Amino acid sequence: MSLDLSNYADLMRALSPESVLTILAMLVLMIVAWRHRTVTDLRIAGWATLVSIGVTAAVVWWLWWNSTTVEGVAQMIAVDDFRFVTDWIFLGAAALTVLFSFRYLERENLLAPEYYPLLLFAVLGMMLMGGGEDLMVIFLGLELMSISVYVLAGFNRRSPRAAEAALKYFLLGAFASAFLLYGMALIYGATGTTNLSFIGVQVQTLGVAHMPLLLVGIGLLLVGFGFKVAAVPFHMWAPDVYDGAPTPITGFMATGVKAAAFAALFRVVVESLGATGSWHVIIAGLAVATMIGGNLIALAQRSVKRMLAYSSVAHAGYLLVAVVSGGTGSAAFIFYLVAYGITTIAAFALLAAKGKGGESDVRVDDLSGLSTSRPWLALALTVCMLSLLGFPGTAGFMGKWYILVSAVGGGHTGLAIILVLTSVASAGYYLPVVMAMYMKPAAHAEAHASMVFDRVGQAALAVAVAAILWFGIAPGQLFDLSRTSGASLHAAAGMAMDSPAPAPPTTASATGATTAR
Amino acid sequence: MNSFDVWVLPALLAWPLVGAALLYLAPASRAKVLALVVSLIEFGISVPLWWRFVPAGGMQFAVAWDWIPAWGIQFHVALDGISLFMVLLTTFLVPLSVLGSWTYITKRERGFYALLLVLTTGMLGVFVSLDLFLFYVMWEVMLIPMYFIIGIWGGDNRIYAAIKFFIYTFLGSLLMLVAILGLYLHAAKTTGQYSFDYDFLLQRSTDLGPVAFWFFAAFFLAFAIKVPMFPLHTWLPDAHVEAPTAGSVILAGVLLKMGTYGFLRFALPFFPQIAMSKTVVAVVVTLSVIGIIYGGLVAMVQPDFKKLVAYSSVAHLGFVMLGIWALTLQSVQGALLVMINHGISTGALFFLAGMLYERRHTRLLDAFGGLARVVPLLAAALTIVSLSSVGLPGTNGFVGEFLILIGAFKTYPVAAIISTTGVIVAAMYLLPALQKIIYNPLAKPENQKLLDLSPRELIVLLPLLAAIIWIGVYPRPFLSRMEPAAQHLIQTVTPATTAAAR
Repeated sequence: MSLDLSNYADLMRALSPESVLTILAMLVLMIVAWRHRTVTDLRIAGWATLVSIGVTAAVVWWLWWNSTTVEGVAQMIAVDDFRFVTDWIFLGAAALTVLFSFRYLERENLLAPEYYPLLLFAVLGMMLMGGGEDLMVIFLGLELMSISVYVLAGFNRRSPRAAEAALKYFLLGAFASAFLLYGMALIYGATGTTNLSFIGVQVQTLGVAHMPLLLVGIGLLLVGFGFKVAAVPFHMWAPDVYDGAPTPITGFMATGVKAAAFAALFRVVVESLGATGSWHVIIAGLAVATMIGGNLIALAQRSVKRMLAYSSVAHAGYLLVAVVSGGTGSAAFIFYLVAYGITTIAAFALLAAKGKGGESDVRVDDLSGLSTSRPWLALALTVCMLSLLGFPGTAGFMGKWYILVSAVGGGHTGLAIILVLTSVASAGYYLPVVMAMYMKPAAHAEAHASMVFDRVGQAALAVAVAAILWFGIAPGQLFDLSRTSGASLHAAAGMAMDSPAPAPPTTASATGATTAR
Repeated sequence: MNSFDVWVLPALLAWPLVGAALLYLAPASRAKVLALVVSLIEFGISVPLWWRFVPAGGMQFAVAWDWIPAWGIQFHVALDGISLFMVLLTTFLVPLSVLGSWTYITKRERGFYALLLVLTTGMLGVFVSLDLFLFYVMWEVMLIPMYFIIGIWGGDNRIYAAIKFFIYTFLGSLLMLVAILGLYLHAAKTTGQYSFDYDFLLQRSTDLGPVAFWFFAAFFLAFAIKVPMFPLHTWLPDAHVEAPTAGSVILAGVLLKMGTYGFLRFALPFFPQIAMSKTVVAVVVTLSVIGIIYGGLVAMVQPDFKKLVAYSSVAHLGFVMLGIWALTLQSVQGALLVMINHGISTGALFFLAGMLYERRHTRLLDAFGGLARVVPLLAAALTIVSLSSVGLPGTNGFVGEFLILIGAFKTYPVAAIISTTGVIVAAMYLLPALQKIIYNPLAKPENQKLLDLSPRELIVLLPLLAAIIWIGVYPRPFLSRMEPAAQHLIQTVTPATTAAAR
């Protein structure tokens, strides 16, 4: 099905997943407003959220199944496989987070079902970021997501650390948004448009060399995204925020939020900046700093949660390698997001189950002897650690491998070598977890008695671990999906180059340039 | 084509995994019996290979199934005269290791035997893979079981040894992964065809240009760590000393051979000009000779029997490296034979060290003395095995090292002459150790009531002793099966080298 976005009905069709999710999120909010006192209410809200996620995913699937595309250049919202697949990733991350939250919220006595609608609004923001074809849409999505997640990070009102996390996240997040917005303003000033594809056309025809305004804009934009994906040196907030937030939300931030920021960044660099290489060196530098910094600092952590926080910084570095690789990089990016997302959420869920009430630190040694008293959970956490390490047989390996293929294929062998060397270093912090579980005795017989999953959590964990192994052994289908969705991004960029620009970029750019002067 | 030929390799790879799953279905108390049965069946499947193998037939028993077609990754396995022996050695040592762990492993038996079986699949996979991606996966997969075997069932310092083992190997192999990727993309760029197939990449590796050196270096590092070559050997003594008996046997018997096998299968045929360039040859030969002498000298001063054997491995593998790089028919055959011999003799030495440890709970040489009077059978076995490791004529050790030395003398006379002293050094560390354990006065009261070999222990040792004598007296069936493969290797490497020399 081909949509003409200037036609109102078609535009609604293109926006149907977001619209449906908005309505459903409002409905869940209504339910929550009526029933917000007991554990049952919490569960109702949780299941309503899962249903909303499922329905939205089905709507995305409907668009995907009909191979929906746009006529000409997409305005406001992209309609391509890249958007659909990233939508599924965000929805999947949210669904897993909900499944792991049931028991957590009850145990921590967080009987506030607003948790769930906030999660839905965050996903809505992510979907706008992943599909935004216009800087303004991306920014709106980013703010919607960020504000929801600020609240979620501080959701445990009784915990001073959660309050610190929320405040820190809010202040630095606002700071990053300001950078981003300023960058967008400058880009608009330089090119006269906020549409990603037309920016791309402008960049190609005008070139960046004589447009300091554009260069500064791009730089600020990258700084803003650098904050959001927690790339070194803009990562300072991440460990504290991840540490203080409720653990399932930490998992969500480390996957969904990060994925959304990356998806938007990817779209911007491919569609708007594909014609110039000026950002390559910046992203490559960020990637190197992030891989080295994240991995080295993670080595020094004793708290598992902080270790995973820094490890997620390191993984942002690997994803940046995919960004800079070009070509198959976008496909590798999708594959890696899926692999890393499932693994990270499962790892944080296991950590959440281990954590005692009040969010006391779980240290690596606290996991000692887990394999004797909880063999299946130990096995699950081992699979997660090996997948994060990128060990063959797990999805993490296939993802890392795909990034390596695109990096070496794109001529970035140096980045590939740094990637593998820092991966070796990461063994130094992933393996001690495995070691503690299997090779050290438990501190006392009851050490792991409190580590329990409810049935929902068990099922979700089993599915996640099975998926990690399945994608590690038979990655064919996921590979095809990521390849087509990655290619669709480049196709969109190519189409804008060929099509005669219908929008007003030239005149607007003249005015923009004049204003800038 | 016989259906055995088609199914034997997939069956060999799949059966241990099935067995490992079976272990978890059966009661825990039956784990070791079941593991023994599984590993014996595995050995049974592999035995007909010995007769069905056609020496001049090149790659045989080949199977190629698509695995990830989009990337050109296949499940492609086959055997030739080099891998045949490694496969048989593996399937031969695994049942013995199960039997040797019978009383040694007392906690979490099920996990131990399951890991041992998974390890079997990984090791066999390394030796039969003809797809570089599959090879890499197998190469890594076998790391995890070994890591757990050392880390859970090892000695006091096991965690340190396990992580050192893991990180050393992981570092080398990841760089190799980048090199494999480079070969793959180079071939794809020149032909437009994406494939990890061994033969395909081999043909496409001739016009790599200067980058070939770095690819070779990455492969070299991965394999040299595994061998291990001096000075990358430091993980080995730690891993051996801490590993349980079966772990040491498999580690010495099979895992180290993966390194030398990698050189024979990948590093040399893929990059002949670089491997045989003057600098590389000088470095490898020097390091091998240093390994031979240094390993022997360090072994001489070890108070711990297991550590002594571990350092002797460094020396033996130095001989193998010398034999491979000398690249004459005798030396390559000798290298292959030493790879087998070392598996048998060092495996047997580790079994004996384990048996001594189970009796006395120490491995210090000084704790023993006069055992010949108390445990004559054990003493006899230890003597025969030590003599074979020293290289006494009539045992397997002599044949292999002698072939390497006469072969290497043609190409590198000086290195060969220096290495010959390595044989003397071997006598200088093993014979005093033998003397301290089984001769000397029976002074310590703890040693006076030791029990001699039990029937189970005899069953473990007898096949190894038989192999020692068989290869020592009649090595022809071995040599004839490996000759065409060795010849083929030399032919692949030589023309390119002579062309480079011109």
